[in-house]
Amino acid sequence: MSEAIAYYPGCSGQGTSKEYDASTRAVCEAVGLSLVDIPDWSCCGSTPAHTKDHTLSAALSARNLQLVAGMGMKLAVTPCPSCLTNLRNATHRMEQAAFKSKVDKLLDEPYTGGVDTQSVLQALVEIVGIDNLAAAVRTPLKGLKVACYYGCIMNRPPEVMAFDDCENPMAMDNILTAMGATVVPFPLKVECCGAAYGMPRPDMVGRLSGKLLEAATLLGADMIAVACPLCQMNLDLRQGQVNRTLGTNYRIPAPYFTQLMGVALNIPDAQIGFDKLCVDPRPILSKALTGAD
Amino acid sequence: MNIINFTRDYDADFVSRVEEESGQKVSLCYQCGNCTAGCPYTFAYDIPVSQIMRLVQAGQKKTVLSCKSIWLCATCESCTTRCPNNIDVACIMDVLRHMARREGLAAVPHVKTFWDAFLDSVRAHGRVFELGLTVNYVLKSGRFWTDLDLGPKILPKGKLSMTPHDIQGKEHVARIFERFERESNS
Repeated sequence: MSEAIAYYPGCSGQGTSKEYDASTRAVCEAVGLSLVDIPDWSCCGSTPAHTKDHTLSAALSARNLQLVAGMGMKLAVTPCPSCLTNLRNATHRMEQAAFKSKVDKLLDEPYTGGVDTQSVLQALVEIVGIDNLAAAVRTPLKGLKVACYYGCIMNRPPEVMAFDDCENPMAMDNILTAMGATVVPFPLKVECCGAAYGMPRPDMVGRLSGKLLEAATLLGADMIAVACPLCQMNLDLRQGQVNRTLGTNYRIPAPYFTQLMGVALNIPDAQIGFDKLCVDPRPILSKALTGAD
Repeated sequence: MNIINFTRDYDADFVSRVEEESGQKVSLCYQCGNCTAGCPYTFAYDIPVSQIMRLVQAGQKKTVLSCKSIWLCATCESCTTRCPNNIDVACIMDVLRHMARREGLAAVPHVKTFWDAFLDSVRAHGRVFELGLTVNYVLKSGRFWTDLDLGPKILPKGKLSMTPHDIQGKEHVARIFERFERESNS
């Protein structure tokens, strides 16, 4: 049976993280989660909005929550943790009537409420379930060693995100284990990668993403699986900048966890989109998969 | 060590504004330093986050609102998650930059320029136009060398759109910004 859920791709899903969006859609379809696009969704405002004003940030999210309510749906999922944190913070803060009335003043119509939001990661684990995901595997990722990196805000703060362990999340580890991969005990699962400072302060991203690349290397991981478009950009597109900042020579693929799921579920290459990444995971992946036999 | 004269410098109105806008009780902080211990940005801060909490308690408005740290916090939520007194420290950092903006202060101008360029893009199109945002930031900051090395890496991937995807309801999004400005000035 297919479960229909509203889908919020987020702006990067139409640009720098196209492959996350495409692989998410394909994986969800393969495991029976039916995603319905929110018509004419708009940007959540991301970090720039909440650093300017919380009411403005919540209003930008509320426009989208209202569109979900208009679809007659009660749950929306998004692959992007930054979108998620804004949507969930808006919902959380609007539980206070005084705050909600300030948000409503910025909207064309007051927000009617009743919409919950989750990450795609949470929906895969809690709605589909690990057993069903494991049953859908066609090509087990045997021999592949992966460090699962969740990013800083997928699970934090726990009062708002209400999913998994805030210091040692396991959802992605459990999924990729079910896909047949070997996950390494990665101690920096929720450490910040440098976030959106790549453009104004690339030195900060160099130092913080460098720590992640170093830890994954020391653990002997073949690649770092990620769940956030910004983390992915810092670890992959900016890996050369990190190397120049630190005088290192890392070359570690950082695919989205949904792309690795795509391999295990025999999803066509065009929807997995490994060709969209800067450090190509395919050579290591095929070596690992053939070496295991 | 800085010596603070409480009789002369304590700004009670500042303390109560921070508490009201963040919904947090700053006096609950007993300076354990857990926030600073976990903060990934301490290396780049001019004042560590636990000391910012102390300065807020001490009503040191000018020092706090003109520091760099509040513009370098990425809201990674480590401080909030680990505070033993359940203070939403990251929310206080957010509120401090809201207040700094209103005072016309931005101790790390490029960060504010980048965030403003992002919001301009949302206001104009309803969604972020990534390439337009980059060009806008480079023009406004004058940092023409920004990410020049990344162009040859990302452009052949065919991911970046050359033109914005305007949504049908972009006027609705623009009206949210207009009303926000009206409410802020009233």
